[in-house]
Amino acid sequence: MIALLTRDMRLAVRAGGGFGLGLAFFLIVVVLVPFGVGPQSALLSKIAPGILWLGALLACLLSLDRIFALDHEDGSLDLLATSPLPMEGIVSVKALAHWLTTGLPLVLAAPVLGVLLSLPVQGFGWLVVSLALGTPALSVIGTFGAALTVGLKRGGLLLSLLVLPLYVPTLIFGAEVARRGAEGMALGTPLALLAGITCGTIALLPFASAAVLRVNLR
Amino acid sequence: MLLRVTDMAVARGGVPVLEGVGLALAPGEALILRGPNGIGKTTLLRGIAGLQPALSGRAEAAPESLVYAGHADGIKSALSVAENLEFWARVFGTTDISRAIAAFALGPLATRPAGALSAGQKRRLGLARLLVTGRAVWLLDEPTVSLDTEAVAMFAGAVRGHLAAGGAALIATHIELGLTEARILDLAPYRAAPLGMDDFDGVFL
Repeated sequence: MIALLTRDMRLAVRAGGGFGLGLAFFLIVVVLVPFGVGPQSALLSKIAPGILWLGALLACLLSLDRIFALDHEDGSLDLLATSPLPMEGIVSVKALAHWLTTGLPLVLAAPVLGVLLSLPVQGFGWLVVSLALGTPALSVIGTFGAALTVGLKRGGLLLSLLVLPLYVPTLIFGAEVARRGAEGMALGTPLALLAGITCGTIALLPFASAAVLRVNLR
Repeated sequence: MLLRVTDMAVARGGVPVLEGVGLALAPGEALILRGPNGIGKTTLLRGIAGLQPALSGRAEAAPESLVYAGHADGIKSALSVAENLEFWARVFGTTDISRAIAAFALGPLATRPAGALSAGQKRRLGLARLLVTGRAVWLLDEPTVSLDTEAVAMFAGAVRGHLAAGGAALIATHIELGLTEARILDLAPYRAAPLGMDDFDGVFL
């Protein structure tokens, strides 16, 4: 398991691994929004939590099809499936590797980019908390979508269509936590729901992803 | 008995291709599967490896004893030859890759990125993976594709060493490997009866 994790991390940071892809996309979106909205810092700081969450979600989506597609192309997915590792373990490690290479950099970059959107000072902490809690769910749900579409040529569009509706609850509660945090309101309920969604997906979806992957490898 | 397949039927894309296949492998035995293209050699091997369910029949083997090598080698081009082998060794819970590197003469290439290898060298790396797994039964699908005669001899030597150590191998191939001791199983007699139009009414009855 650890061998698979270290291999995936190593592949991600080497040439052609796509480590910076999501991060660069996130950066571009957040930098461009102020140009689109114009010089209204009051409006910007109001929409900042939503923009940051949406940017993180789309950046996450961008790198999903790489989770299994590359391993399927070069045959290592077949070999992994016949290896001693359980399929549930393989998909969990794949999701973890995706989060470490995509989700975690987004969480770390978000406060810096919050400055660009003039996010209120009290909102920074809650923005990081909401992203740190929510992005693992994005990776796990995305892994499920990638398992569903593995083996399809150019399945990226189908993958987005399948995954985006599943991302909606995470987006709603994640952005709500960040917004309430920025406005200094009580945020216990959305925070609990966000944490619940993440825990639920991490606990259940690997089994679904593994089952789907077994069917797709036939 | 390391592997016993009884009365196995497999389908590809919903169409039955082989039925009633039976074979057995004892330690030290190699069996070569032969048959024309499309007869179902790959499908049978994938069925035995557990990658796809059989229509009927069963393949029995000791748990954790099979290793499968298909058409694709599962090589990561961004990793070096040694890193590729080390990864598979760790997945299969072993540590020693030097024997595999020596058996397929990969020593001079060990630090080279696998993406820079030729097709034949990649194949040798893919086959070297079998040696680091430490599994007893090798299921090999066209292992000699893009190998030159020297590398085929290298491969035959590796199989022979594996058999001498009490392993077994099931090999689907078209060429002569020089493994004179291996038994040969022609799959042509096991071809599944096509679903003819005669059966068309029968489907609804």
